[in-house]
Amino acid sequence: MPRYINRAIYLVGMMPATWTFYLGVIDQLGADPMKTLERSLGLWALRFLIITLTITPLRDLSGVNLLRYRRALGLLAFFYALMHLSTYLVLDQGLDLDAIWADILKRPYITIGMLSFATLVPLAITSNNAMIRRLGGAAWARLHRWVYLAAGAAAVHYLLVVKSWTMEPVIYTMIVAVLLAYRVARRLRGRRRVTLASA
Amino acid sequence: AAQLRFTKSPFSTSEEPTPLEDVTSYNNYYEFGVDKGDPAANAHTLTTKPWTVAVDGLVSRPTTFHVEDLLKTVTLEERIYQLRCVEGWSMVIPWVGFPLSDVLHRVEPLGSAKYVAFETLLRPEEMPGQTGLFQALEWPYVEGLRLDEALHPLTILAVGLYGDMLPNQNGAPIRLIVPWKYGFKSIKSIVRISLVEKQPETSWNRQNPREYGFYSNVNPEVDHPRWSQATERPIGEGGLFAKRKPTLLFNGYAEEVAHLYAGMDLRANF
Repeated sequence: MPRYINRAIYLVGMMPATWTFYLGVIDQLGADPMKTLERSLGLWALRFLIITLTITPLRDLSGVNLLRYRRALGLLAFFYALMHLSTYLVLDQGLDLDAIWADILKRPYITIGMLSFATLVPLAITSNNAMIRRLGGAAWARLHRWVYLAAGAAAVHYLLVVKSWTMEPVIYTMIVAVLLAYRVARRLRGRRRVTLASA
Repeated sequence: AAQLRFTKSPFSTSEEPTPLEDVTSYNNYYEFGVDKGDPAANAHTLTTKPWTVAVDGLVSRPTTFHVEDLLKTVTLEERIYQLRCVEGWSMVIPWVGFPLSDVLHRVEPLGSAKYVAFETLLRPEEMPGQTGLFQALEWPYVEGLRLDEALHPLTILAVGLYGDMLPNQNGAPIRLIVPWKYGFKSIKSIVRISLVEKQPETSWNRQNPREYGFYSNVNPEVDHPRWSQATERPIGEGGLFAKRKPTLLFNGYAEEVAHLYAGMDLRANF
């Protein structure tokens, strides 16, 4: 059963990208179709990162365990980030390497976006059972904590790209902040418990 | 909308205008919401008749113009202008309007007048972006020009678009067009024009002075702190696979306006 649910997650998860790209090709994405596609893909990457980060708090707080679907959700976040980046490189900048390189060096929001993507790459590559076995559970788990950096950087990237801070980027950033703060709180509480037990 | 009568102008570009559909559906008009589609969706609620524009300040004859009356006394021209948004996209728009100097001369500016301040309507009950918890700008929207910029023949008050009256989302019933500056300088739905001695406050400069200067002349050499201004995406050309094109100094109007800034450091006065 979970295998079919996982397949369904990939299938449904790819639908926003397929649909938006189709609308773009038939010229139904409005006046600035490239920007609309670029933004939509980036926003979905952030949404899937957020969903991935809610799996643990959901299990802790409500007992609902969706852990077996987290890999699919995380990989979807990576695929969307990859499509978002490709749209920027190919459709937005037309593979003008000089302009792209200048952007990466000079523009904090591009630098931070690239950082977020670069962080996701090793996580995506190791998102399979063979790599978990090879790395060992503990090392694998430690590596995958880098997703916190990727999500934080993605939120800051979004905040910096808009002309003025409107409701949407601020809300997304707040959600990411709460999800990251939850990890910190959990860590601190766990440590206190250990200290008490050893006292 | 009523068809307007107008003459052609030598100031018009020969570039192909952006389709009307794009010009009227892709707008920055934060009084109606911050998304590009919000103005087209929300601006129909705005009452644009009757409409008056007060022209006051350092002038001999302060006057409140009724837009309908004003239109009977000016010669309307079609001005097909380049529009470059600070966000990095551009359009070619056939405005219908008349030189701002027509109005300014009628009120007789005093010698002490050095700048012109503009103000957009403040009417929260018809402008949903002016209410609510989270607002992008302080209202009313204000803009400003140096007097010589305001008197320049390229600077117009537009009342029409594609031969018809201005749609609400494009700044009806009367708005400023300054084609060599980033789009946000071309203030919409004007209710007040004041001649003043000191450089007036402007909305985007107030919101983020590091990023938006008073002059805001289109300049490919002076980047926005967060993005490059070297190129632009023409709206309505080539869809998803449209190519960027280089941005020109003063948005291509350097020959007409560069003398206004002779000797000025355009990096410091961005």
